[in-house]
Amino acid sequence: MAEKVLMKGNEAIGEAAIQAGCQCFFGYPITPQTEVAAYMSRRMPKVGRVYLQAESEVAAINMVYGAAGTGVRVMTSSSSPGISLKAEGISYIAGAELPCVIINIVRGGPGLGGIQPAQSDYFQATKGGGHGDYKLVVFAPASVQEMVDLVQDAFDVADKYRTPVMVMGDGMLGQMMEPVEFKERPKKELPEKTWAANGLRGREKHNIINSLFLKPEELEDHNNKLQAKYKEIENNEVRYELYNCDEEMDLVIVAYGTLARICKNAIKMLKKEGINVGLIRPITLWPFPTEAFEKVMDKTKNGFISVEMSCGQMVEDVALSVNGRKPVHFYGRSGGMVPTPAEVANRIKGIVGGAK
Amino acid sequence: MAVVFERPKALLDVPTHYCPGCTHGVIHRLVAEVIDELGILDKTIGVAPVGCSVLAYDYFTCDMYEAAHGRAPAVATGIKRSVPDSVVFTYQGDGDLAAIGTAEIIHAAARGEKITTIFVNNAIYGMTGGQMAPTTLPGQVTETSPYGRDVNTAGHPIRVSEMISTLDGAVYVERVSVDSVPNIIKAKKAIKKAFEIQLKGLGFSFVEVLSICPTNWGLSPNESIKWLRDNMIPYYPLGVKKDATTGEVK
Amino acid sequence: MANQEIIFAGFGGQGILSMGKFLAYAGLEEDLNVSWFPSYGPEMRGGTSNCSVIISDEPIGSPLVVDATTVVVMNRPSLDKFESHVVKGGLLIIDSDLVNREPERDDIEVIKIPAQTVAEEVGSKKIANMVLLGALVEKTKIVSMESLLNALKHHGKEQFFELNKKALERGAEFAR
Ligand SMILES: Cc1ncc(C[n+]2csc(CCOP(=O)(O)OP(=O)(O)O)c2C)c(N)n1
Ligand code: SF4
Repeated sequence: MAEKVLMKGNEAIGEAAIQAGCQCFFGYPITPQTEVAAYMSRRMPKVGRVYLQAESEVAAINMVYGAAGTGVRVMTSSSSPGISLKAEGISYIAGAELPCVIINIVRGGPGLGGIQPAQSDYFQATKGGGHGDYKLVVFAPASVQEMVDLVQDAFDVADKYRTPVMVMGDGMLGQMMEPVEFKERPKKELPEKTWAANGLRGREKHNIINSLFLKPEELEDHNNKLQAKYKEIENNEVRYELYNCDEEMDLVIVAYGTLARICKNAIKMLKKEGINVGLIRPITLWPFPTEAFEKVMDKTKNGFISVEMSCGQMVEDVALSVNGRKPVHFYGRSGGMVPTPAEVANRIKGIVGGAK
Repeated sequence: MAVVFERPKALLDVPTHYCPGCTHGVIHRLVAEVIDELGILDKTIGVAPVGCSVLAYDYFTCDMYEAAHGRAPAVATGIKRSVPDSVVFTYQGDGDLAAIGTAEIIHAAARGEKITTIFVNNAIYGMTGGQMAPTTLPGQVTETSPYGRDVNTAGHPIRVSEMISTLDGAVYVERVSVDSVPNIIKAKKAIKKAFEIQLKGLGFSFVEVLSICPTNWGLSPNESIKWLRDNMIPYYPLGVKKDATTGEVK
Repeated sequence: MANQEIIFAGFGGQGILSMGKFLAYAGLEEDLNVSWFPSYGPEMRGGTSNCSVIISDEPIGSPLVVDATTVVVMNRPSLDKFESHVVKGGLLIIDSDLVNREPERDDIEVIKIPAQTVAEEVGSKKIANMVLLGALVEKTKIVSMESLLNALKHHGKEQFFELNKKALERGAEFAR
């Protein structure tokens, strides 16, 4: 077993990427993710790889486009306002079918907003912050360990489907230290990058990295191809955790990331009062774990509550998954305010009635 | 008794959030004194950047905007074009102006936008905790150049004033410093001239101010002043880089 | 059940973050669940610094401590800010050399330590944080002193180990 070390979420992201073979990192400072860049600036030169501080997030994501096109593993990292700037580039990367990993350590918005933890970029991440019919695979880790595991998986998923993958945490996850272990990972069978444009080097036909299709028929074909790929991802890559969902439940919480941990504590508090609440924790925000709802639909008396550090974003996907069969409630704090377990528990008592 | 020293009307009577010894406060004061002396408080509109001076909107008494990181010159352009008789200034750090906002500042200058930019060069990103800036000196250690800025991989520092002075739309460009009383007096003169040029409608005016960041340089305020003098001034020579009102280009 | 939710608070440069880290490492030595979460952003610029540390045999929810079982303060603003965060019956440890007021709560346990003085006797004011940490561990027994020393040995600077150890022991005396 590898040794457990205490590591800041942001630094663990860097180390995980290095161990996953990330060859290039392009960053730009922004709180609360700057330590990713700082870590990479220390470590990448030591392992003979590329660290570069771009002049902006716009430049950074286009450096990613360039590097990904050559077939190397590449990552960039930012926080909400910076991700908005990257949106254009992400759309191009998705359109050109390039694999890369994008980290978003979310802070409160809109605009300059604040720097404290939030989940208000859910729409941006899952519904496409940029233009066009594209999807971003979005992983939402809840602990520093899971962050490490998912960053490494993200590189594999990106390569497997030739698609950008986002790992989205919040300021808490980026800044906190927790024990982590960097496990030996079995090598995945991944398709060869025959599409990479890294110089002909004996190849006969040139490769083109591009997202322009001027003929409507061709662009539609391209979009259909992308959609087929997204379908495959929906079929294969959905991840979620069910917690305390085995018996009859008064209510089921849907929550992701660090907030899901807080909800687990609320569930324990409620249990002591005789209220049984389950939790669906989406680990992939896209593809959204709709199937998880089928597993608990008949067991929840009062339906579902989406608990978020936003003003209500994931709740729309919850409602789509429930599709009118049970009530869907919402509880959220925003602006960097982190709900306490007691707050969540109180809100739930308000829905299911007090102790039984 | 005659009052010989008081707070400029253009500054609010509030404590700032700047670190002890930081010269952002001095530069704020110079801008405020100039606004007072020119009697333009009523029609001045300031644009704060994203950087340590992001909260400048809480310190100046004139109308203020907060712009996205690097975009202050574009925001200022929108303001000035909407209200041409206003006096519009941006106040920007080196990350804001010379990294992410390079396009905006170059094009505002090239268009000869009738605005004034105060550019605070402290050779580092202050707000985010001391990362490399475009103006970070070769060999300078920062959080993201832990082995010292290596020009082979991280590139060379940008001398923004010299670059701006090549643009025909820029009317007046000067680099000053606030490391000593004589230099502070010169800095104020430059800022005043820059505003006067805007008032005369002559074009874009730009004052670069060399400033210290004791917190992220890891030095005391006094050591920082010395570091500025010994390291920054040789790389970023002070003086008028361009004055189209006299035809002077250096 | 072992569970401590601790807030360390003081000025930047007092070793607030590192005393939290050493405690978290000590928890790790004992295979407990641990988390460490610092205050971040421009508020640091005002010179204040604080961190939340949780050590528990249960999985940890939010790493941000709101209801603290123990609060350690090394300046007056920190006492003002965090006194109300101590849970009823909880523990408040104060560097009485730097905090010039009495705590207002009477439903908590208070340990006052002239940590600067003690640290100076041991060898350097810089290790006042360790004096306070020694008292915390002695009082709460959240980890053993041995684990804490191991944490210092593995993650601290070697040349300070003996000094730190002495400071911890002197601090512990105040909690007996
Ligand atoms: C789009 C975007 N990217 C990054 C940031 C984070 N950020 C805030 S301030 C700053 C740099 C500040 O440095 P500088 O302009 O040199 O000003 P100083 O703080 O040194 O005065 C950065 C990168 C942001 N707010 N928005
Ligand atoms: S971090 Fe630097 S630039 Fe910012 S207020 Fe402090 S000293 Fe000034």
